Amino acid sequence: MTDKISSANDAFKSPAKRTATSVGAPRGGGSRTEKQGKRMLGAEAVVASLEAEGVDTVFGYPGGQAIKIYDALYDSHQLKHVLARHEQGAVHMADGYARSTGRPGVAIVTSGPGATNTVTGIATAYMDSVPLVVITGQVPRAVIGTDSFQESDIVGITMPVVKHSFLLQSTDELTSTFREAFHIATTGRPGPVLIDIPSDIAGSEMVFEYPDEVNIPSYKPTYRGNAKQIRAACRLIEDARRPLLYVGGGCVISDASAEVIRLANMMQIPVVTTLMGKGAYPISDPLNLGPVGMHGAKYSNLAMTEADLIIACGARFSDRVTGRPDKFAPNAKVIHIDIDPAEIGKIREAQVPIVGDLKGVLQGLISQLEKDGASPRTEAWLAEINQWRDRYPIYHAGLKDDESQIVPERVMIELSRQLDPDASIVVTEVGQHQMWAHQFIDRERVRTFLSSGGLGTMGFGFPAAIGAAIANPEAQVVCIAGDGSFQMNSQEMATAAINGVPVKVLIMDNRCLGMVHQWQKLFYKERYSETLLEPNPDFVKLAQAYAWEGRRITRPEEVADAIAEMLASPKPYLLDVAISRDQNVYPMVAPGSALDDVMGAIDVAVGAVRTDMPAPSQAASPKKSPCATIDEQFGGRWEAEPGDTAERLSLEDFEAEKGGSR
Amino acid sequence: MKHVLSVLVENKPGVLSRVTGLVSRRGFNIESLSVGPVEDPTMSRVTAVVDADDVAYEQITKQLHKLISVHKITDLTDDGAIERELVLFKVNAAPERRNEIIEISNIFRAKIVDVGRNSLTIEATGDASKLKGLEDLFRAYGIKEIVRTGKIAMSRNAKD
Repeated sequence: MTDKISSANDAFKSPAKRTATSVGAPRGGGSRTEKQGKRMLGAEAVVASLEAEGVDTVFGYPGGQAIKIYDALYDSHQLKHVLARHEQGAVHMADGYARSTGRPGVAIVTSGPGATNTVTGIATAYMDSVPLVVITGQVPRAVIGTDSFQESDIVGITMPVVKHSFLLQSTDELTSTFREAFHIATTGRPGPVLIDIPSDIAGSEMVFEYPDEVNIPSYKPTYRGNAKQIRAACRLIEDARRPLLYVGGGCVISDASAEVIRLANMMQIPVVTTLMGKGAYPISDPLNLGPVGMHGAKYSNLAMTEADLIIACGARFSDRVTGRPDKFAPNAKVIHIDIDPAEIGKIREAQVPIVGDLKGVLQGLISQLEKDGASPRTEAWLAEINQWRDRYPIYHAGLKDDESQIVPERVMIELSRQLDPDASIVVTEVGQHQMWAHQFIDRERVRTFLSSGGLGTMGFGFPAAIGAAIANPEAQVVCIAGDGSFQMNSQEMATAAINGVPVKVLIMDNRCLGMVHQWQKLFYKERYSETLLEPNPDFVKLAQAYAWEGRRITRPEEVADAIAEMLASPKPYLLDVAISRDQNVYPMVAPGSALDDVMGAIDVAVGAVRTDMPAPSQAASPKKSPCATIDEQFGGRWEAEPGDTAERLSLEDFEAEKGGSR
Repeated sequence: MKHVLSVLVENKPGVLSRVTGLVSRRGFNIESLSVGPVEDPTMSRVTAVVDADDVAYEQITKQLHKLISVHKITDLTDDGAIERELVLFKVNAAPERRNEIIEISNIFRAKIVDVGRNSLTIEATGDASKLKGLEDLFRAYGIKEIVRTGKIAMSRNAKD
């Protein structure tokens, strides 16, 4: 850890000023490529533009209206194209590439269904502020709006889920559009940008002139934080006795880890991280309390509730973090630092709002605090938190579990133990396994834990893992999946196999949609409506069908060995881990409850047991008479009619009568 | 509370739908809308009237600011801005009652733009309260049809 802090300090000594111009500049040659000034087709200019932006990998799927672009791609030495098996997979791969590198991800698809298949991927990136440039083929300009074959208004369809979009109108604006798209996608609060290219433009001749600069008068994101506000924030930090750093995804995007570590250590401020902020603060630092929110540790949630100052760093007070907003952190003042002014005051009023790039703002805060000679005053606060930490651990080895079953928490702890945090990337799907991974996979660095936070997209994790593995060939990439999520994009196993991507998939296989099943158990009287997936396919055979390696384990003693075997394999590998469907994710804050109203936290004062467990909900009788159903709907009036003493129809008779009258 | 939003945007296809989509997506009804190019032909002005509480209104304007196509947003709700709408009324007017209607129109400085055998069409401009007054008076005669533009608004010169 000391190494990390000192390297963080080194990084701090030579702060590189981040501005929209520096962040959004072309990563490639820009105007200085050899294609500059040459005559070429629009499609070739698309490829040349991507090369000028320094793109090395694109993900996609060809089709009729994208065929010219794909023809031009055939000649590119710089661009490696990864053929997905579904356009949604392609966009998630580009997303995984972007999240794991910080560089914009690029996807190319065709018009109509190709374009509509990207919508979920684009929305996923939008919710988590991931820079993407999505290029869609479009029917020729002359037939736009005529319901021609494979036409869809993709600019219209994606409008609510893109940062910006373009429908190319002529070759004249092609290169400036690409420059603007990359600039917009990567600067300010990043996000997906869509470029819709009619195929006749791709087929028209033009001269390739790539610009280095952009001039969008209406788009000037604020990078520099207001100095007065920074001084006001310093006063709050100096006065606070119970401060808390609340670290979100903005910290990853802004590359502000070193600054957060520095601030936390110099003022001895404890840290909680959101799902998107995981990795932005090393878990090995005792100041890091880890996950907060619905499935966060009880001590993190207590710290949030009892804090007198919350320093929100690129976090947005999501409902999954705050619980019931009117009971959230009732005594805390808030310093809210975000590059997106719309996030400030959206959920929680901020006493000191600071709009700006987190890295620069924190640098300003730190130097002001140093100038003021501020010193930490949090000894009592940290002691109190450590008491909670000892009393309510997030997991306890002594928990009584059925010894014959594999316990999901222990699988995660074992996987985390075997992974090198500096050389591995963990990607998750969405559901129970995601929360277990969030709780128990230890991360030390940014961009090593990728998960769909805002949209919660099942089917995101596996293709995103492929994208991350392609972007980081030296890293061990593990996708933690559920049996439900994995089946949403399992066709991408072909992509991994054909491209030789040794991605690892660990399925926490409970033969059900675990998170919905958990809610049905807790809040819907155990009425497991459509959440049971049995019989699942044989995942090992599926792996073999795609020329993967695979193994299924069912006993706890196999776990360590199976994980080691998986991680050692040079090939893509699927490990199917059988767990019980009765395993639930705890601790949990029920939706709509206050953040400190935690169910199922361990309280060692009582013993190694989970406390405040919800009362077992009344199992509803599976069959009900039609009368009882109507009673429920109308408040019992049906049966309560005193004069009505006639014999009632049984369900069987009722069904028979219905059948007979047909 | 009703807010009058004046939004300066790029004069490009699809921009209006970005602006209105953003407002309606958040569950707010646009009560009135007008759009037209401004002194710089590459720009347009959207004037919209939205009914929203202050917190929601702040969120709407912040989100609108995030649209790449939006240059500037001015709130013309409370600063005594000049507001105008244009309304066309087609009013029942038997020949013997025409004069009354013409007289009312004159008082309101409205113009008769068409005369039918049993109807008059009147063009009126003004702020909402004036047009409401005129509409109430015409109701007594029977209004066959009303067509109105959205509200347009401009800040007063006090600061210039």
